[in-house]
Amino acid sequence: MTTLKTIRRSGALATRGLLTLGALAAGGLATAADAVNDLKGGPAVRGIDFQPPVTDIATQQRDLHYGMLIVCTIIFVVVFGFMFYSIVKHRKSVGHQAAHFHESVGVEIAWTVVPFIIVICMGAAATRTVVAMKDTTNPDLTIKATGYQWKWGYDYIKGEGEGIAFVSTLDTAQRELSEEGKPAGDDYLLKVDNPLVVPVDRKVRIITTANDVIHAWMVPAFGVKQDAIPGFVRDTWFRATQTGDFYGQCAELCGKEHAFMPIHVVVKSQADYTAWVADQKKALAAKADDPKKVWDKDALIARGEKVYVANCAVCHKPDGKGAGPVKALDGSPVVNDPDKDAQILTVLHGRLNGAMPAWQGKLSETEIAAAITYTKNSWGNHTGVLVQPADVVAAEAK
Amino acid sequence: MSAVLPHPIDHDHDDHAHGHHPTGWRRWLFATNHKDIGTLYLLFSFTMFLIGGVLALCIRLELFQPGLQFFNPELFNQFTTMHGLIMVFGAIMPAFVGFANWMIPMQIGAADMAFARMNNLSFWLLIPAALMLVGSFFMPGGAPAAGWTLYAPLTLQMGPAMDGGIFAMHIMGASSIMGSINIIVTILNMRAPGMTLMKMPMFTWTWLITAYLLIAVMPVLAGAITMTLTDRHFHTSFFNPAGGGDPVMYQHVFWFFGHPEVYIMILPAFGIVSQVVPAFARKKLFGYTSMVYATSSIAILSFIVWAHHMYTTGMPVTGQLFFMYATMLISVPTGVKVFNWLATMWRGSMTFETPMLWAVGFIFVFTMGGFTGLICSMAPIDIQLQDTYYVVAHFHYVLVAGSLFGMFAGYYYWSPKWTGVMYSETRGKIHFWASLVFFNVTFFPMHFLGLAGMPRRYADYPMQFADFNMIASIGAFGFGLSQVYFLFFVVFPAMRGKGEKAPQRPWEGAEGLEWEVPSPAPWHTYETPPKLDKTATKVIG
Repeated sequence: MTTLKTIRRSGALATRGLLTLGALAAGGLATAADAVNDLKGGPAVRGIDFQPPVTDIATQQRDLHYGMLIVCTIIFVVVFGFMFYSIVKHRKSVGHQAAHFHESVGVEIAWTVVPFIIVICMGAAATRTVVAMKDTTNPDLTIKATGYQWKWGYDYIKGEGEGIAFVSTLDTAQRELSEEGKPAGDDYLLKVDNPLVVPVDRKVRIITTANDVIHAWMVPAFGVKQDAIPGFVRDTWFRATQTGDFYGQCAELCGKEHAFMPIHVVVKSQADYTAWVADQKKALAAKADDPKKVWDKDALIARGEKVYVANCAVCHKPDGKGAGPVKALDGSPVVNDPDKDAQILTVLHGRLNGAMPAWQGKLSETEIAAAITYTKNSWGNHTGVLVQPADVVAAEAK
Repeated sequence: MSAVLPHPIDHDHDDHAHGHHPTGWRRWLFATNHKDIGTLYLLFSFTMFLIGGVLALCIRLELFQPGLQFFNPELFNQFTTMHGLIMVFGAIMPAFVGFANWMIPMQIGAADMAFARMNNLSFWLLIPAALMLVGSFFMPGGAPAAGWTLYAPLTLQMGPAMDGGIFAMHIMGASSIMGSINIIVTILNMRAPGMTLMKMPMFTWTWLITAYLLIAVMPVLAGAITMTLTDRHFHTSFFNPAGGGDPVMYQHVFWFFGHPEVYIMILPAFGIVSQVVPAFARKKLFGYTSMVYATSSIAILSFIVWAHHMYTTGMPVTGQLFFMYATMLISVPTGVKVFNWLATMWRGSMTFETPMLWAVGFIFVFTMGGFTGLICSMAPIDIQLQDTYYVVAHFHYVLVAGSLFGMFAGYYYWSPKWTGVMYSETRGKIHFWASLVFFNVTFFPMHFLGLAGMPRRYADYPMQFADFNMIASIGAFGFGLSQVYFLFFVVFPAMRGKGEKAPQRPWEGAEGLEWEVPSPAPWHTYETPPKLDKTATKVIG
């Protein structure tokens, strides 16, 4: 069966390559269509309508579009009915004499006012959807989508899965197929390595930004298209009502690989999503520091400086002198205490009702050990003492 | 083109003041005669139209099938960008200036344009600009590839050709502004006695309004691309986010130019159609006054709708609502114009020579573009359609079927006056029907592609979009061939003077001062102001 399909597919492709104008008229369209099937959640073969909506907004957009098609069809029939009637009847060749009228205030007021009223009705019909589309408040999950030339970066910022981050790139085989001029597959140019995963029936807010040029994050089935602008953040939202795979592509010209940075969203049931988040967290943890590792002095101090600058320097200052009520670390008795635990416990549990925050759980054991080692061996402090992650683990147990 | 071949001296034996006009190449390089300059503009714009058309065919060739067969994506982006820039700034705009040069002085009974030497300069500036624009393909890194809208910060990544392109657009902008000043001054100061503003032919009226639009917005474009230039080379950060600039501001400035530009490209076509329809319906234009007011309202409204090109940039909800309502409003005066044309045809005594076919084709196909415009104006729907092939279909319906069809109507209507010979009616009809059919074969399927979600400016696309792309490509080649047919079988014979001799007034129902002079129009017309009848359509002494 598979072989048959393959043969049919390659045969169809070969035919497509040789298609001439005549062959097209002779049923070329059918031949071309054999090579590909509708993609659920993506484009349909010879689709002539919006992709089936899976959010309330996309449904409203489709209905508004149908409404507009009806309005336009009525106007079309009326206006061109008059025109073609006139073209048939009011011609010189059938002996029609020209009338002499060339103005009529009444008629002109009528055909100004009637379109005006139609336009007001259209505006009123669309307003509710515009307001709903722009309402990004109270999301269940917030994800930042960053456009890069030419891939998408996703950061789960708030909600279940917070902290998950990955980059989503076009499947490399697809780009090669394109280059060779041999496209294949229902998800041609839409297949990515890491799809975005979201839960069903939850309000997902997508914050867009970009790293280089403007991109646009679009998923037609969700009725979402939002430019991702470097230096700025914008947002949009969707609440998918069905599980499954949904596809979109970058919609703002972003350079040569513009056509090759698709968007693939997997909508999972709540249970599956929770399981996916747990898997991701496990994978993240596996990548994290091993608290059993024994570090050498230079590496630990170098790591510690980064942690210090990122977390501690805002209060204790980069030179360790502190400011106002914030204690100086440079020359501090706690820092210079030969008992390592004095400082470790301070950092883990905080002091003065959180004026010095408790860092346990916010930083890893390795990060805490590194930061402490850095302070013990910087500025005027020359203790030569190293604090290993294992020391922090031991202190946590106390 | 009357004066292309026969020596101009043949026509004005009683011309004392200008008896020593230059001949040979000097006649064209030093041209100050509005008819010669009009001819130059028309030939130039048709050349650019063919170059832009070849680029369009390269695009359609690549998109004939999914997969990259002919061009790499960098080159493809250069094609889309240059196709847009060349067609807008090289073909449509100069072509209408060519029509204006030929017709406005003849329509208002003026001897020539107000500033003859500036007229010469504004044409000849186009040549270096066009060479620089087209030549950018041969610069290191190739032609600009940021789209004709030249959005920042993608423009900051372009090679040196971007600077050439910006300079070319500066020059073309200067040329347009000079042309507009010339047209405004000519119309306001040089009308024959009795030719009051409200008796002017519609083509002159629409050009007057267009010229004001040009003067208002070309400097805005110049500002936007100058800031792009300084961002590229002098470390400013107007639009460069890396230095705190705002790329969205570029879009606002660009579209503040860009939307009136759309009307710059369509209003003169409205004017041509407003003259052709009454001529072939043998009935006066219905609602002349309301046509003038509708044109003016369109021009004014065109300044407050620009951000409907930017619904997806993420503007506040009030902004989106305002621009949606304002955009919908434009359909009212546009509708009035269509209704007026239909009322002009209504109970007329119509014949369908080629100019009338193009005019009716214009009304029919342009109105379809109007419908899709109405659909795009609705922000929620536009979120789906923005930057897809639906938009490509929409603006080709209004620019090809609008501006270009309008110009063809004008060519067939006035070319007997220009050349002194009638075109072949059969050939004109072949040109019309082939263009109309192939135009729709090309662009109608693009609506479907856009609805189904195919983004524009894509060198390659998912397989599901293959069939409609194939149809569009076949249509495009047919449309291109139709224009080559026009060049070889209509334009060249006319330039060689082949064809029946044209009478002074080849159209039974045509009115206006251009039909009060012989065909071909002598080199100088209305050297002394004519005395006009009450309707200002006839010379009575």
